[in-house]
Amino acid sequence: MAHFIDRRLNSKGKSTVNRQRFIRRYKQQIKKAVSDSISKRSVTDVDTGEQVSIPTRDISEPVFHTGKGGKRNVIHPGNDQFSKGDKIKRPDGGGQGKGAGEGDASDSGEGQDDFVFQISKDEYLDLLFEDLELPNLQENQLDKLVQYKTYRAGYKSDGVPSTLDIVRSLKGSVARRVALTAGKRRKLAELEEELEKLKNDTHEHPIEIAAIEAQIEALKARIAAVPFIDTFDLKFRNFEKRPVPTSKAVMFCLMDVSGSMDQATKDVAKRFYILLYLFLTRTYKNVEVIYIRHHTQAKEVDEHEFFYSQETGGTIVSSALKMMQEIVADRFPSDEWNIYAAQASDGDNWADDSPNCSRILHSQLLPIVRYFAYIEITERQHQSLWREYNKLTQIHSNFAIKHIRSIEDIYPVFRELFDKNVSTQQGAA
Amino acid sequence: MVAKRSSSDGKAPSRRRKARQPLSDGPDWTFDLLEQYESEIDRIATDFKLDIYPNQIEIITAEQMMDAYASVGMPINYTHWSYGKKFIQTEQSYRRGQMGLAYEIVINSDPCISYLMEENTITMQALVMAHACYGHNSFFKGNYLFQTWTDASSIIDYLVFAKNYVTQCEEKYGVSEVESIMDSCHALMNYGVDRYKRPQKISIQEERERQKEREQYLQSQVNDLWRTLPKTKASDKKSRKRFPPEPQENILYFIEKNAPLLEPWQRELVRIVRKVSQYFYPQKQTQVMNEGWACFWHYHILNRLYDEGRVTDKFIMEFLHSHTNVVAQPNYNSPYYSGINPYALGFNMFMDIKRICTNPTKEDKYWHPDIAGSDWLETVHFAMRNFKDESFISQFLSPKLIRDFRFFAIEDDMKESYLKIASIHNEEGYQDVREKLSAQYNLSNLEPNIQVYDVDVRGNRALTLRYVPQNDIPLADSANEVMKHLHRLWGFNVTLEQVDEDNEVKLIAACPNVIESSKNTTVTI
Repeated sequence: MAHFIDRRLNSKGKSTVNRQRFIRRYKQQIKKAVSDSISKRSVTDVDTGEQVSIPTRDISEPVFHTGKGGKRNVIHPGNDQFSKGDKIKRPDGGGQGKGAGEGDASDSGEGQDDFVFQISKDEYLDLLFEDLELPNLQENQLDKLVQYKTYRAGYKSDGVPSTLDIVRSLKGSVARRVALTAGKRRKLAELEEELEKLKNDTHEHPIEIAAIEAQIEALKARIAAVPFIDTFDLKFRNFEKRPVPTSKAVMFCLMDVSGSMDQATKDVAKRFYILLYLFLTRTYKNVEVIYIRHHTQAKEVDEHEFFYSQETGGTIVSSALKMMQEIVADRFPSDEWNIYAAQASDGDNWADDSPNCSRILHSQLLPIVRYFAYIEITERQHQSLWREYNKLTQIHSNFAIKHIRSIEDIYPVFRELFDKNVSTQQGAA
Repeated sequence: MVAKRSSSDGKAPSRRRKARQPLSDGPDWTFDLLEQYESEIDRIATDFKLDIYPNQIEIITAEQMMDAYASVGMPINYTHWSYGKKFIQTEQSYRRGQMGLAYEIVINSDPCISYLMEENTITMQALVMAHACYGHNSFFKGNYLFQTWTDASSIIDYLVFAKNYVTQCEEKYGVSEVESIMDSCHALMNYGVDRYKRPQKISIQEERERQKEREQYLQSQVNDLWRTLPKTKASDKKSRKRFPPEPQENILYFIEKNAPLLEPWQRELVRIVRKVSQYFYPQKQTQVMNEGWACFWHYHILNRLYDEGRVTDKFIMEFLHSHTNVVAQPNYNSPYYSGINPYALGFNMFMDIKRICTNPTKEDKYWHPDIAGSDWLETVHFAMRNFKDESFISQFLSPKLIRDFRFFAIEDDMKESYLKIASIHNEEGYQDVREKLSAQYNLSNLEPNIQVYDVDVRGNRALTLRYVPQNDIPLADSANEVMKHLHRLWGFNVTLEQVDEDNEVKLIAACPNVIESSKNTTVTI
């Protein structure tokens, strides 16, 4: 009688739309919580979702209901001590007696607690990166980001012997031979039949037989003259190259680890790198990260060493740029990889080195990278490096420099760097 | 009662056992096993004369159960942010373990759709099938409130229509526009029912056919109402007739028909919210009966299965464990107390009716002369069909049950500094306790009595509502917020007045908020 249906395999996100509606409605509040969170939470769990809280009063759904006061009669179970007419002290905490309108409590009694809930990683990132766009992606996608992949695309009649398709060629040969000899073979068959008839005849026909035999000979010779294979029969496999946009990206993190960079400054830098990384992973399937740290010499290191090992000494920024250039030339050809770089520094550099840096960037790095961001984390005056870099920003649209003072600045600066407007302007230019 | 039963079973289980092989007691279930149990339950339910809609039983996961929670138990519903909020809340508290999910959800539709959770053991599935697919199902089909107010065969169709219509409106007029209207309607959702009129049943064909026609007609009616606005002098106002002539309790209906500025599609949205709220109207008033009825039958059906030897001892023990938890009533001073458990009250009342029928005492014969000693099956069916919580309690709550529950009534008057015990479970208290418990389930005591009182048709089109308090209980502050929503729907000034016992009328809320300004008497617009 009953009809059983297994619904377990149905999609489970039936409420997703409603959930999105909710998030849409409270976007302002949620967004604020999200941008607060980036400066608060530990850098290592930036890849997970985020707890968001909204004041309950903002999301209440008001209905008419009764308030405190008046006269109420309530029935309770489990009388263990009362008799009619007993007077009891009103319980503390709320004027109305215990359970005065239990049904009301859910409407009014929730207090001012915040409505706290978890948004998923994707929702978190969407909110975080809303209005942001990958710089320069649009205009470069057509020319540089493209790789080619070879596909089979039918047959052609000329080509190199290695692409010769034997089966296809022999099929052509058979077809050609059949086509060229069909008429002759029919004639031959007729002649042979006639010859047979003449030979079996009771009368002798030596002259006719000789004539027919001569014809047969001639036909056979002509059939044999059709070549077994002709250049006309040869078929070669055709290949075609199609463009495939590459989804590979490499991100270079360059950081000054000289004595002047303290751990707090490095943490600021780290957050910036994490934002950039997350940002890139949203567009590219796999993003490689190369860490290059430098003082007077540059070194490629792993993540932990990059952020946490302590070095001392002077600063020569160009060493890191040179190293980056070598690594690009060696491992990341710029026609296959989307190259991004972010350099963080406190602005210190050996004064004579700054023009060097500028020159390397200008002539070698900036032409091949998608985007190069330089952030200076300092509270002091700008020094020679900033001034040199500043000149470069006039020339190269894919080069940007920003000044960060404290952790709170990171997110706004990041937004500014990757603002949609900027990149559309660049795209138009 | 439950505990006693299980211990006596424990003494001589083997004697009851018939020759037949019992069904597997799992604990895991399979679809084959579910079908076997279902057909056994069906056989017994037919014996007990349970008349049901055909069952459609769907197995779902916990996550899908939370989806179902979010859309008020409906398999399909229009999109609204508040359902998203509900879902997030449910998910949060479920994840933190603050709350378990229901074993099932059952929908008053034809065929009757029940959702079973995949996590349930076979015992729980059997319990849930007996409870929902036979208990609730027969209640939906038999009870007069459901027969009057809902049309099980068309609800799913109507919800499909509503969902599509809302989506269309969103595409046409924008999500935010639709959302704001829906928000306002939801705020007034409880005022979308004419309690004392028979409602029209909703039917999908008619809805579709008439919807276009209705749009035009409604708009023309409204236009007519507001078409001519002759200049009138202030003195005329006193003699004019009120509109509406009688106060209207169905505020949403009044808005749908009369709000001056609503577009036709907005009126249709008001109607959708009104119709959906009407569908839930009987459920609010039959919680005790509905759950009691379902518990009564799962208890009887599964015990009968055990008596016949169709289920194992292990099965029946697990069942009794769950059942006892469900129908437990903590006392008022227990930390677990959160009001009267409708399962406990309902189950015990139906059991008590059966007891009065089969084994009446002298007291029962005095209090319930009409049912004492009558056929119990007939009587419980009669009770199920013809009552709602309020009348069910005032008709069938026996002194014995009042004693069993040790009910007592507290009178809580804000004017006094103490609470007073009005009556307890003794001879002079039975009547009073029963009356007050019954009143506790009276919807008009639960929801504030607010009605449309007047519209200034010839003046500034202001809408006036009146709140008539019961026992001096005031309205909560949320009224101000609700008035804002009402203002959005009505489009002109809205005011809410309170009529006190001595017929004194005072303004308690308004939108735009004129209470402040009228006090100062400096700004009057």
